[in-house]
Amino acid sequence: MQTRPKIIGTAAKRLEDPRLLTGHGSYVDDKTPAGTLHVAFRRSDQSHATILSIDCSEALKMPGVVAVLTARDLEGLVKPVVATSKMRDYHATPIYPLARDKVRYVGEPVVAIVAESRYLAEDALEGIAIEFDTLPNVVDPEQAAAPDAPLLHEDAGTNVIVRREFLRGDVDLAMAAAAIRVNRRFRFHRKTPMAIETRTYLAEYDQGRKSLQLHTTSQIPGIIRDVLTDILDLPTVRVVAPDVGGGFGGKASVYQEEILVCILARKLGRPVKWTGDRLEDLSSTSQGFDEIVEAELGLDEQGRILALTAEVVGDIGAYSIYPWTAGLEPVQVVSFLPGPYRVAHYRGRVRAVATSKPPTGPYRGVGRPTSTFVMERLMDMAAQKLGLDPREIRLLNFVSQEEFPYKTASGIVWDRSGFTECLTSACAAFDYEGQRAAQAVARAAGRWVGIGIASYAELTGIGSRISASPGMPINTGTETATLKIDSTGAVTAAFGVASHGQGLETTLAQVVAEELGARLAAVTIIHGDSAAVPHGTGTYASRSAVLAGGAATLAARALREKVERMSAHLLGVTAAEVMVADGFAFVPGSDKKISFRELAKAVYSEVGRIPAEARESLEETKLYDPFFGTTTCSTHVTQVEIDPETYVIKVQRYQVAEDCGRIINPLIVAGQVHGAVAQGIGAALFEEMVYDEMGQLLTASLVDYLVPTAVEIPSIGVSHLDTESPSTVGGFRGMGEGGTIGAPAAIANAVADALNHLNILIDELPVTPERIFQLIKNKEK
Amino acid sequence: MSAVMNIKLTVNGVVYEKTVEPRLLLVDFLRQDLHLTGTHAGCEHGVCGACTIIVDGDSVRSCLMFAVQADGCKIETVESLARLGSVDSLNPLQESFRSHHGLQCGFCTPGMLMTSTDLLKKYPLATDEEIREGLSGNLCRCTGYEHIVQAVRTAVGQREESEK
Ligand code: FES
Ligand code: FES
Repeated sequence: MQTRPKIIGTAAKRLEDPRLLTGHGSYVDDKTPAGTLHVAFRRSDQSHATILSIDCSEALKMPGVVAVLTARDLEGLVKPVVATSKMRDYHATPIYPLARDKVRYVGEPVVAIVAESRYLAEDALEGIAIEFDTLPNVVDPEQAAAPDAPLLHEDAGTNVIVRREFLRGDVDLAMAAAAIRVNRRFRFHRKTPMAIETRTYLAEYDQGRKSLQLHTTSQIPGIIRDVLTDILDLPTVRVVAPDVGGGFGGKASVYQEEILVCILARKLGRPVKWTGDRLEDLSSTSQGFDEIVEAELGLDEQGRILALTAEVVGDIGAYSIYPWTAGLEPVQVVSFLPGPYRVAHYRGRVRAVATSKPPTGPYRGVGRPTSTFVMERLMDMAAQKLGLDPREIRLLNFVSQEEFPYKTASGIVWDRSGFTECLTSACAAFDYEGQRAAQAVARAAGRWVGIGIASYAELTGIGSRISASPGMPINTGTETATLKIDSTGAVTAAFGVASHGQGLETTLAQVVAEELGARLAAVTIIHGDSAAVPHGTGTYASRSAVLAGGAATLAARALREKVERMSAHLLGVTAAEVMVADGFAFVPGSDKKISFRELAKAVYSEVGRIPAEARESLEETKLYDPFFGTTTCSTHVTQVEIDPETYVIKVQRYQVAEDCGRIINPLIVAGQVHGAVAQGIGAALFEEMVYDEMGQLLTASLVDYLVPTAVEIPSIGVSHLDTESPSTVGGFRGMGEGGTIGAPAAIANAVADALNHLNILIDELPVTPERIFQLIKNKEK
Repeated sequence: MSAVMNIKLTVNGVVYEKTVEPRLLLVDFLRQDLHLTGTHAGCEHGVCGACTIIVDGDSVRSCLMFAVQADGCKIETVESLARLGSVDSLNPLQESFRSHHGLQCGFCTPGMLMTSTDLLKKYPLATDEEIREGLSGNLCRCTGYEHIVQAVRTAVGQREESEK
């Protein structure tokens, strides 16, 4: 016990696992208090239409139906949710729990039916008759951006909800001087986060206390609490996200159904629950990506980047989502486009355009899967023109160690990270030379084998000086940790984050245990509860390990000092002589030792053992703000083979090297990378939310929206570069999203490489066998 | 819709006699009527596999069966795996999922465990391809499957040990 045990950095088994493995987790739908009413929604089957009339009379007569509500019934009960922004040229779009006057996408809730069971509520959907007057479709984002396009939100006066430009240097001059220019129009199609647990909400209202409690499948319980208090004008609201079955951004916004169950619970005086089904999830959970990017890259004859330009159109769907706004996804495409490279001259312009489809919101990677796809395709296209290996052109252009901190063309600062090291390490683990040689042999035998590289950098653990979404007015840059040793000696640590698969109950316990000197299994982490800490915004944007880990570190260090001071009195030494480890305070080299339990008893119960004026409560609250955040980077290398007959693409090898700072738990880091890469492979090869020209969803089940299974995902190798971040307490960097950022680009480059002999360019994702077939057919014409 | 039927079935060794509507899905029956909320519904249309349970020795999707179809059947759910269902006595497969970090959010996990239980009983699972093929009816959005495959691989090894 002389040296403190090392807990951070070990592959500790997860503390949340036993309950989840035995069926004893507590997800929102697992809870059904006595008297619970259930909601079913009649949703719009039109993409853009005026509501002429709604007839609910039949539904009201159906068995078990307690209430049927339309927007009119909610007047005066709730204020709309408005995602404001400091961005110029931004138009907020108010969101009401049920559509008022008109509908703007297929799947938008119009009528809520409340009944004694979910079955009865759904039965009564047939008793609703809505008369619509269809309005012109606003489905194609480029057409919707035209000045004379029909408007989705008349008050905004335009469908272009956000416009932004980043400019550095003299782009046109530099581009004109470039020896090599490559350009293309790229298309990244719409995705859905598709957590396996659908969105579910349960509201309970205590009439006597005028207090509302919401159990929600949310990543952001603190933000939900804040907004509900405001729009419902209630004194106390508690929002709890218990075990949550995955989020990936899809559960990181405020939802109409979520607000509605709260209104209903208050109005009806009974618990009210809504459990979404998969069709509702596919048609109303916030969707992701969906951009058209026209980009050009200019280089000198050695392959050094001179200039980059991009015009981005982001299809944001029907509403500017709360709290992120419609700027979140498309603006980040232009702000991250220059990537980990030295780009002296840059112009990136973006328009975020409203269309009559479900709103887009955060989806793992946000903006950067598209920006990386575009930039890394351009790099490969340039390398080909120059006759350079894809690896060489990247090494030539990476921001180097001497240049950190490096301010990118869009103003992001890369503090310090191993851009070159990631590439080198990924290629080594992949056996890049060996695989290139094997590829040459395979290709000579007529096989369509391709290798692709993608490198990127991202900003994680963002502090208060930068907004997690451009212009967003709420602060997401701080995190609070409240640590306590209670009268039994138990250690609890409460946070504003909300784990939904990331294993924060384990990783944060590792940080607390090590910094405080507690036993890992004795630390209980409280998260996902707006009542746990005064302010907390949740888990998203690769922030929790950095921000909550930082707050945990600060609070645990301060609490350890208290433990030392209090124990010193009991052990008859000075505080400086006391060490704390493994749940004990002790004096090294002696038999003086006291457990947390005994210490707590002495502090709280055995009054007199510690002088009254010296007695301190064993708790600490610390706020942590990393101000700017820190850089995380990675390189992915993959090999694919395409069947020349069926064009089926098989991912055969996959290697990631990632600089995610000081690692808290390598097993959890690897798990995050695997999962994120699988989503990126899905985005590259399978997943697409297809809407027809009428705005109808054609991929409305999991038979049509293809999520990769264990057969499509290869074994994924991960090498870690364990380099402490210079900018964060604890040296942690965020890493939960990276896999999804790198994978689409790496796969696209590998597929392009495999099809190189056909002179076909990959500029659209997902690249499916059908798309390859069309590309080849068009070429033959 | 109001017609009801009496059913009698055994779930995790306990015999239940219940009156249910013919249209009640088995997954809803387990979760709502028996309060066995370990079995999850992820799609209710037979694709995700989260609702997988074992009925008379075979893995089935409880969202594709009505409760009345289970009349007279013997059912096992995730709650049956650990001794007395206790979090302190995980079975070897559950332990293996834990040590390999084969779960993140845990929502697909009950289905993964029940499918794997069935696979381990019936198939050699000599290669990872076979394991991946066997798990291909269960979607996981969190893990990328790598650690799940490793967990099942270890369980295959343990099965062979115990057979020696
Ligand atoms: S819920 Fe049964 S397969 Fe998805
Ligand atoms: S662990 Fe979350 S879906 Fe599998």
